[in-house]
Amino acid sequence: MPSPTKDMLLDWYRQMVLIREFEETCHQLYLQKRITGVYLHLYSGHEASGVGSMAALRKSDHVITAYRDHGIALILGMDANAVMAEMMGKKTGSSGGKGGSMHLASAAHNFWGGYAIVGGHLPLAAGIALEARYRGKDAVTMTYVGDGATNNGYFHESLNMSAIWDLPVIWIIENNGYGMGTEVARASGQTELHRKAEAYGIKSFGRVDAQDALAVYKVASQAVAYARDNGPAVIEHVTYRYRGHGVSDKQYDSRDDMSAELRQWMDEREPIKILRDHILGAHGDVGAALTAHDEAARQIVAQAVEFAEASDLPRSRDELLGNTYVRSPRVYKTAASIGAGID
Amino acid sequence: MAVRNVAMREAIRRALREEMLRDESVFVMGEEVAHWQGTHRVTRGFLEEFGERRVRDTPISEMAIGGVAVGAAMAGLRPVAEFMTINFAFLALDAIVNHAAKVRYFFDGMFKVPLVYRAASGWGNQATASHSHAPEPIFAHFPGLYVGCPSNARDAYGMLKTAIRDDNPVLFSESIALYPKPGPLPDENDQDDLLVPIGKGDIKREGADVTLVAYSRGVDWALQAARALARDGVEAEVVDLRWLRPLDMGLVYDSFKKTNRCVIVEESLPMYSFGSEIAALLQENMFDYMDAPIKRVAAEDVPLPYSKEIELLALPNAQKVVDAVKEIV
Repeated sequence: MPSPTKDMLLDWYRQMVLIREFEETCHQLYLQKRITGVYLHLYSGHEASGVGSMAALRKSDHVITAYRDHGIALILGMDANAVMAEMMGKKTGSSGGKGGSMHLASAAHNFWGGYAIVGGHLPLAAGIALEARYRGKDAVTMTYVGDGATNNGYFHESLNMSAIWDLPVIWIIENNGYGMGTEVARASGQTELHRKAEAYGIKSFGRVDAQDALAVYKVASQAVAYARDNGPAVIEHVTYRYRGHGVSDKQYDSRDDMSAELRQWMDEREPIKILRDHILGAHGDVGAALTAHDEAARQIVAQAVEFAEASDLPRSRDELLGNTYVRSPRVYKTAASIGAGID
Repeated sequence: MAVRNVAMREAIRRALREEMLRDESVFVMGEEVAHWQGTHRVTRGFLEEFGERRVRDTPISEMAIGGVAVGAAMAGLRPVAEFMTINFAFLALDAIVNHAAKVRYFFDGMFKVPLVYRAASGWGNQATASHSHAPEPIFAHFPGLYVGCPSNARDAYGMLKTAIRDDNPVLFSESIALYPKPGPLPDENDQDDLLVPIGKGDIKREGADVTLVAYSRGVDWALQAARALARDGVEAEVVDLRWLRPLDMGLVYDSFKKTNRCVIVEESLPMYSFGSEIAALLQENMFDYMDAPIKRVAAEDVPLPYSKEIELLALPNAQKVVDAVKEIV
């Protein structure tokens, strides 16, 4: 694994401050009821987990995640305008206003989407990886899964399937300490979540401090190389969520211990600060470049909000019903057909 | 072209094999589909012919079978995923309903999901309550999915081929009771003119006195009943809808305009059912043509028991159809 160059590190910083700005703006927009969806799970605090690990991928590799998907979308280069418009349910949103916060995707970026049912995307990841094996491609599928999802059946079945079929998947468990409101230790008999890999004969790359993008990148690079040549790999990213499970999470307001814990993570393990300190330490005079990225993030997100708010809502029945099915000459339809879709 | 009687399972096997020969992106996966040769022998010989890459045994992992098929289809393959019985597809309901059926919609058309879920369905043979469902209407409830339910060998052949070639996800339900039933099928391979469009029903028997609407095994009971009724001078028209989604209601309406009477026949349970749906659509759209109440013949509203006599009591049959018709003609 080559050490990350100065340009790489600056690009990681650019991604991380963009995510933070985007997510904190979403939080404000939610409070102001300018984003009205009930589900909005923010990636603030998780930035290094996605940025460091996806830096180990090639363009031809695949990425899929759960509902905490804004950061993943932005790292992959999805247009912030289209992502913000999706938050607001606009026609110009990346999913035309049909998916919302939890269903961002971009086929052009090999981003197979964010999924809202806990664990539901895990067999999809295995299926995407199967296509690569089936066709003899060397692409890997990087799959993000929360700590809570490691307790449901999808996790078990999908990891097991990836093992028996040697599928090139990197299962990244983003352990932020809580599955919704339940601490990991109250939900899982095995609290070192990466050790669940052992049950399936999958290689674990252990537990990583996922507030440190460099540490994440180092392990992810090893796991990606391994998965490309061999089969599935597991990594546990230890991280923390700054805005609760979702924006409607009241636990951080009602529980003093959680608020203290949050403050401690923000003070001591802040991922953007850790990366910034590293860059400044290793490369000296980059302060201006960092400041430029800070400013660019503010501009990009401000412009995204402006774009999204100026965009139209879908309102027609055609927009409502469209894309339920693929338009198909094999489907027989008459004026009296029921349930055929309008496409 | 020679036409020969073949069992429905053989017609399905032939269709699946031909589609695998035709398109390298088609593969099968499921429990016991490879080395065991298929629980219902539909994939007999496939492992030897196509190898492990395209004939994939899975663990007993229905959630993963359901979801892996979605991911593989999104990525460009054409999986034919088998649930050994449709009862086990309940374990995969989330993958089928929330993912196969909705991925295209919630990403506004970004992906397509060209997969087929095959599942053996139905009641009988003392399989008991948890192994005796014919729950096709549950799956047909959800937009985004198509649901096919053939009643004979030739339809099964043509419907499965269409389902595999279509770019939408299809749940394909195969009645276990109909698997051994022989039906005429042309001998030669790859007869594209036998393809059945998705959503196209079929008149299986013409008659002017009453319309019997059915699918899958219900068509058998309806045809038996029609023959019995004919002896009493009642000519029943049998409409085989073949697909529960989309529903070819034009065919039903045209028949009903002629007969003004209807009995709906299904193997499944009576509440929130195929019968409920067809009856509702008829009264909404054909009220002026209605000369009698719409009758429904379905299974009894009870889990299926083990013991043979009461098991048969719960099931629909041709006599129950005859009795229902006689109440309205």
